[in-house]
Amino acid sequence: MRVVVDLTRCQGYGQCVFLAPDVFTMREEALLYDLDPAADQDDHVRRAAAACPVQAIHLDWAARRPPSGRPARREGRIVVVGASLAGARAAEVLRREGFEGTITLIGDEAGEPYDRPPLSKQVLTGQVAAGHTLLPRLRDTGAEWLCGVPAAALDVAGKRVLLADGREVPFDRVLLATGTRARPWPEPAEAALEGVHTLRTVADAARLRAALAAGPRRVLILGAGFTGSEIASVCRELDLPVTVVERAATPLMSALGGVIGEVAAGLQRAHGVDLRCGVTVAALEGDPAGRLRGARLSDGSTVEADVAVVALGSVRNVEWLQGSGLAAGPWGVTCDAGCRAVDLNGLVTDDVFVAGDIARFPHPLYEYQFMSLEHWGNAVDQAEIAAHNMVSDQAHRWPYLAAPVFWSSQFGVNIKSAGVPTFADEIMITQGSAAERRFVAVYGYRGRVTAAVTFDQAMWLEFYQRLIEGAAPFPPDFRHVDRRAGDGPVSARVPERVVPTAGATVVVTGHDPAERRASLLHSGGTA
Amino acid sequence: MSSPFEQILDPARRADPYPLFDRLRDTPVARQPDGTYVVSTYREIVSLLHDPRVSSDRRNLGSDAGEAPRDPSFIGLDPPEHDRLRRLAMRHFGPPHAARTVEELRPEMLAIATRLIDGLAGRSRADIVDEVAYPLPVAVICRLLGVPEEDEPRFHAWADQAIETLGPGEQDRAERERARREVLTELENYLAGLAEDRRRAPGTDMLSGFVTYHGPEGGMTHREVVATAVLLLIAGHETTINLIANGLLTFLRHPGLLDRVRAEPGLIVPAVEELLRYEPPVQLISSRIALADIEVGGTTIPAGSPVVLAVAAGSRDPAHTPDPGLFLLDRPRNEHLGFGGGAHYCFGAPLARLETQIVLGELVRRLRAPRLVADPPPYRPSAVLRGPRHLVIDYAGVDPA
Ligand SMILES: Cc1cc2nc3c(=O)[nH]c(=O)nc-3n(C[C@H](O)[C@H](O)[C@H](O)COP(=O)(O)OP(=O)(O)OC[C@H]3O[C@@H](n4cnc5c(N)ncnc54)[C@H](O)[C@@H]3O)c2cc1C
Repeated sequence: MRVVVDLTRCQGYGQCVFLAPDVFTMREEALLYDLDPAADQDDHVRRAAAACPVQAIHLDWAARRPPSGRPARREGRIVVVGASLAGARAAEVLRREGFEGTITLIGDEAGEPYDRPPLSKQVLTGQVAAGHTLLPRLRDTGAEWLCGVPAAALDVAGKRVLLADGREVPFDRVLLATGTRARPWPEPAEAALEGVHTLRTVADAARLRAALAAGPRRVLILGAGFTGSEIASVCRELDLPVTVVERAATPLMSALGGVIGEVAAGLQRAHGVDLRCGVTVAALEGDPAGRLRGARLSDGSTVEADVAVVALGSVRNVEWLQGSGLAAGPWGVTCDAGCRAVDLNGLVTDDVFVAGDIARFPHPLYEYQFMSLEHWGNAVDQAEIAAHNMVSDQAHRWPYLAAPVFWSSQFGVNIKSAGVPTFADEIMITQGSAAERRFVAVYGYRGRVTAAVTFDQAMWLEFYQRLIEGAAPFPPDFRHVDRRAGDGPVSARVPERVVPTAGATVVVTGHDPAERRASLLHSGGTA
Repeated sequence: MSSPFEQILDPARRADPYPLFDRLRDTPVARQPDGTYVVSTYREIVSLLHDPRVSSDRRNLGSDAGEAPRDPSFIGLDPPEHDRLRRLAMRHFGPPHAARTVEELRPEMLAIATRLIDGLAGRSRADIVDEVAYPLPVAVICRLLGVPEEDEPRFHAWADQAIETLGPGEQDRAERERARREVLTELENYLAGLAEDRRRAPGTDMLSGFVTYHGPEGGMTHREVVATAVLLLIAGHETTINLIANGLLTFLRHPGLLDRVRAEPGLIVPAVEELLRYEPPVQLISSRIALADIEVGGTTIPAGSPVVLAVAAGSRDPAHTPDPGLFLLDRPRNEHLGFGGGAHYCFGAPLARLETQIVLGELVRRLRAPRLVADPPPYRPSAVLRGPRHLVIDYAGVDPA
């Protein structure tokens, strides 16, 4: 039985841990689990799934919602390029929506789609084997799978995908979901040293797990974003000495800003991480046999390490779209809020859709700025919107308006965010305490709530998500529980952004994708 | 004509309050004459369960200012005190420190259930409340907490009275609180003595854990130990009794159901979840207070107002659950409010689930041709914790374990 937990929904109730303690474990609220438990656990897993108060445990991907009505298109050929989280989810939703034509999934990785978040968590600790993170078997989609071969080009006018092995796959509609890959260390010779890793695929995870299990003298991590921080956490759990080098002033700075970044820094240091901020790696150094020996840092110091993980972000898999005429570049593939791709002239296409890490879309809540989100929940939700829109006519399309939700677990802490934390000028701890590392932080931009981050307080996030969607005033000015004295708004310390000066705000209403709508709220008035 | 909510509170309507709950939902947020706001639709209840502007601490209710503050247990506290006390209690009960405690009770629960059902053999009539639904959870909570079983009849009486004096709304509140205080004082004195014993000679039970544990964030004070123990003792069995009794009642009203669960014992798992939705023991979550003006479902609940969440109505909200009036074993993604939600999500839920799955499963498997003697059975008066006072059944025999 395959298990996947939708951790964007999980609120840390822990009912699954009570009922299946051999499969699910948690520290405070950070849930980890075995995605491929032994057969003798089936009964326990079923009990756990039934008991989940928010129904976040998926044993299969059967419909979450009933079909939204008779689709405009039942027939035809739909091709999905990128057969991972977003691609596989889209195929499943297409069938749920009533699409009866052919679905072809094209993927350059061999084998079935797997889940990536556990790769930097359970897999590295050894709790789950690298090959055991396959996603739950799709409801029989009857899709045709073309695996192990990359798509090499997209011919929009001729409506076909060209594969690297020379084959052509015709389509009526196509979904682009090729995601991102790990950004490599820029010096190829240094990147090739034995002991230097990146982490994106299951093969990467297997190699890195083996390297950590061998008991290196020290691990060096380049970059303290979510991936780097999670790997550092695993190293400490395995009792390995670890040095983290981060260019910014704190870990997680580019995602959550400097205030929460400082909390994260405290967390790392309290767990024995040698954290060096405001520094970069100047060079990776090897021995004559080509094995990593250490690194030279920009401040002139050196670190001796026999394993290094380059965790410097990602690169979008868009090269194959060169020449397609789409607005595809290092920023991703631009699309509208309904996941329809935009061409180089800024025109919306009819038959080309985009979802997941690769998509760059305008978000009404954030002044229609284009953004791409590298989140699990974003891949799943956007795939659902894209799939629905692919088979619906103009009048029945859904906009993608969900406030994004992201999670991470590190050092036993469950970190979650809703909204876009970098879209902020101020931040305030509204509940709990940063010193205890159990809190809710709310982000504000020009007097309205734009994001929230929780450390082991996921239960409250839904409330703040509604504040975000309702463009509630910042700072929140109501009385509520667990407000500590002295916590007021402070500068958010997020990376600078260019901002327009007009003062119109969008409010999002509705619960299900079918109901969600944005409306404009002009300063001082209502929609 | 009184409001649907006032009729729900009327003990005469206890046997079938669901038509009233359906009417209650017509006004998702309904102000009562005493100033209480009753919320009855799924989305609105869930949003208030996660709303930090809603307090569980009655000391925030202005009009109660004259009341002598007793030591609330964590159910009556807000974060951070709530979180600290609940975590200290959870240490000895569940994850992360004692994840296996409940699961490891499984063989013992089965043994107790077997013994109780064996006791029904050789006759053709029994009261399932008195003979099974009550003794099982009591034996389990006693075992867990470390209460000697011979003391059980004494706190049975106390716990019953404590429940009966519980209620929503502000009418007679002062009087009910006084009666409640008296009973709880007796129970507290008993548990305080027990805690003293455990301090001197600790065992492996939860009470021993409460009195001996001191960690980085401290431990429980003596008064906190007593308040927590009272809470767990009462909540630990009064709800489960009702869940078990409601469960057998539902099965006997739907004979097809009984046959299906007998043929496929694994179905007891979704059956218990559906029970929690369809016939929940906890029908109302009362004693919440709005700390600020809260706009919900198109109504503003003014700061300082008492709030009642009608979870039994929410779990049958057709806007959330298709065909909510049907008991469906194969209901997909059964998200219900049977154990509440948010920071106060039922502490003992895992225990209640497992006990009920085991004992109902065994009753279904072993009882030959069971049938109800009276439908509806007599009910206990409480509108908050609803369940039959007695559930008399006739049966053709009892199969061996
Ligand atoms: C180690 C790790 C940990 C993570 N942890 C979290 C977390 O805790 N929380 C969270 O919210 N998110 C997390 N994420 C992010 C999350 O996994 C991604 O957002 C999600 O996988 C995106 O799905 P996708 O389908 O868009 O892209 P991907 O999963 O990247 O899938 C794209 C697929 O397309 C394939 N492909 C690429 N080019 C081609 C081509 N030309 N032809 C055919 N196929 C091609 C790729 O090989 C890949 O299989 C994590 C990611 C990683 C790597």
